[in-house]
Amino acid sequence: MSDTPNAQKRPFLKSLEIDTRLLGMIGAFLLVCIVFNLLTDGRFLTPRNIFNLTIQTVSVAIMATGMVFVIVTRHIDLSVGALLATCTAVMGMTQTAWLPEIFGMELGHPLIPWITIAVGLITGAVIGGLQGWLIGYQAIPAFIVTLGGLLIWRNVGWHLTDGATIGPLDQTFILFGGISGTMGATWSWVIGIAATAASLLALWSGRRNKQKHGFPVKPAWAEALMMGLVAAAILGFIAILNAYTVPDRVIARNPSLYGCETAEGCVAAYGLPYSVLVLIAVAIIMTVIALRTRLGRYIFATGGNPDAAELSGINTRLLTVKIFAMVGVLSAIAGVVASARLGYHTNDIGTLDELRVIAAAVIGGTALSGGLGTIYGAIIGALIMQSLQSGMAMVGVDAPYQNIVVGAVLVLAVWIDIQYRKRVGAK
Amino acid sequence: MTAPLAEMKNVSIAFGGVRAVDNVSIELHAGEVVGLLGHNGAGKSTLIKMLSGAYKMDSGEIWIEGNKATINSPRDSRDYNIETIYQTLALADNLDAASNLFLGRELTTSFGFVDDSQMEAETRKIMARLNPNFKKLKEPVSALSGGQRQSVAIARAVYFNAKILIMDEPTAALGVHETAMVAELIGELKKQGLGIFLISHDTREMMELCDRVSVMKNGQMVGTERVEDVTEDDILSMIILGKNPKEAA
Ligand SMILES: Nc1ncnc2c1ncn2[C@@H]1O[C@H](COP(=O)(O)OP(=O)(O)OP(=O)(O)O)[C@@H](O)[C@H]1O
Ligand SMILES: [Mg+2]
Repeated sequence: MSDTPNAQKRPFLKSLEIDTRLLGMIGAFLLVCIVFNLLTDGRFLTPRNIFNLTIQTVSVAIMATGMVFVIVTRHIDLSVGALLATCTAVMGMTQTAWLPEIFGMELGHPLIPWITIAVGLITGAVIGGLQGWLIGYQAIPAFIVTLGGLLIWRNVGWHLTDGATIGPLDQTFILFGGISGTMGATWSWVIGIAATAASLLALWSGRRNKQKHGFPVKPAWAEALMMGLVAAAILGFIAILNAYTVPDRVIARNPSLYGCETAEGCVAAYGLPYSVLVLIAVAIIMTVIALRTRLGRYIFATGGNPDAAELSGINTRLLTVKIFAMVGVLSAIAGVVASARLGYHTNDIGTLDELRVIAAAVIGGTALSGGLGTIYGAIIGALIMQSLQSGMAMVGVDAPYQNIVVGAVLVLAVWIDIQYRKRVGAK
Repeated sequence: MTAPLAEMKNVSIAFGGVRAVDNVSIELHAGEVVGLLGHNGAGKSTLIKMLSGAYKMDSGEIWIEGNKATINSPRDSRDYNIETIYQTLALADNLDAASNLFLGRELTTSFGFVDDSQMEAETRKIMARLNPNFKKLKEPVSALSGGQRQSVAIARAVYFNAKILIMDEPTAALGVHETAMVAELIGELKKQGLGIFLISHDTREMMELCDRVSVMKNGQMVGTERVEDVTEDDILSMIILGKNPKEAA
């Protein structure tokens, strides 16, 4: 393509090469935020509320990234909430009972949280893999296997704990819970700047790579604007989190934790929670899998045309096992975050999460007909759901009405997506 | 004489009660095009799918270059340098041309990640040869016309230096010009020493492109003839009557 004469004629957004769907989702999210901010007289968009929204979204968002792969391959997983509960039950028992009692590690031993997390992830992988095997190799529909799983795993969790609440959990373990584990202002900036540098480098090397093969690239101004937007988004997010400061009464309890001698005049920011860092890591890994690995390519190919995938030599049965095992691991990670946030394992932890997770993936543009979906979409979907719920709670909408709205939004989101696809002629 | 490139001996397969292919033998030599003709449902696609690994035969043997071969999956077939253009094309509609071309054999970078730019560059090269008008490299193949999709499927089969090429109605959706290009391609590949199984309903085209033609009916082999030994009418009557007029004579 000859660049110069066309360059001016190309519309602004086209030059930026931003996915219009992404833009639509971000727009919807911002709309929700602005509306609630107006309804709550500015209480919705405070650093404190943004911080809370973020940590409330993490657990569902982590699982939603895995649900994308499940739905892309034309399956469904109804068991994630129950699987999360079994994993937190196993992890709760591991750290409070099994390791101390059977292996004689005293409570607070530095290895306990890490062994616990490893055990949790393995549990998730094994259960997920087992479900995947039943679906892939035994050809039982995923709906049935995971519907069974929904009943089984929640109550296996109940059995393991004798129905009791397990806790308090290990002090290091609960650092993954959100407000109980944050990095403080300085480290948050370090991470933010490193992330910005990495993103800009990725954009730049992507451009170089295209040029190397002689493919058209966006105009330089568009590239620079993109880089500016990305940098502003990352650093802006860090700035907002850092603007949420620890309340005085909390500092007064133990000023030395916040690097102060006395509580007087001590200002400390919470900064980036570890749980959010976990979500970001999960999002990056899952995106790389989706776009840059054979595994991801096979997942999308299988979703687009299972027969074609099979004829291309892809082992779609094993692929199914891998996908469900991945979801199992992600449910376990989500379980770490969810139980750390509560400080306990409870029987009803993760109840109805399967519906939130599926809704997040679907609001994020994952098509139930298979073959289409993005990781970032699922995360934005989770954010939209959580914003709606928190916003309505702040406005004082009763829980039953909240559910009515969320249900309607889910259907509406899918309808808009269908209309959009018809317009642009994509399948 | 050297061993045939590919030989299927007494192969059979049944689906439920239907004997889709019943005790059929066929062979293919290097630099040869063998045509398969027959009514809809005669068993042509099923026969070649056993060679391409899509179906496992119930009985019979496959020999490749004089050695007995075990083909249990499409991957096995590819390992014997057999490439197939399926009648259904077997494309993942949601992926672009390059991803489809390299599906199952992605080019990777030194870190093991899929190398989309490299694959796109290769796709541009091969498409320039097969269908110079092909420009929609970034779109999912669902956005392509039937003929464009067929070009992608053909490109996939010829890109990987096959020794044996199976083409199940490769020109069904192609225009006159594109069909001529495929005919030219077949001639070129033949010169390079490939063996080609070609399935088509166009008897005239088959008489031009093939060295030998085999006719199937109801899962059975009616007969195989060199094209110079028969007329188009002979072939047609084999297809319709299911009898080889030369044998009857
Ligand atoms: N997967 C399958 N399951 C059941 N029956 C099948 C299957 N594949 C093919 N058959 C049957 O086997 C027979 C041969 O089918 P095949 O597709 O080989 O025909 P064909 O000669 O390729 O026909 P066409 O010219 O229409 O492509 C048909 O009766 C068909 O119904
Ligand atoms: Mg056929």
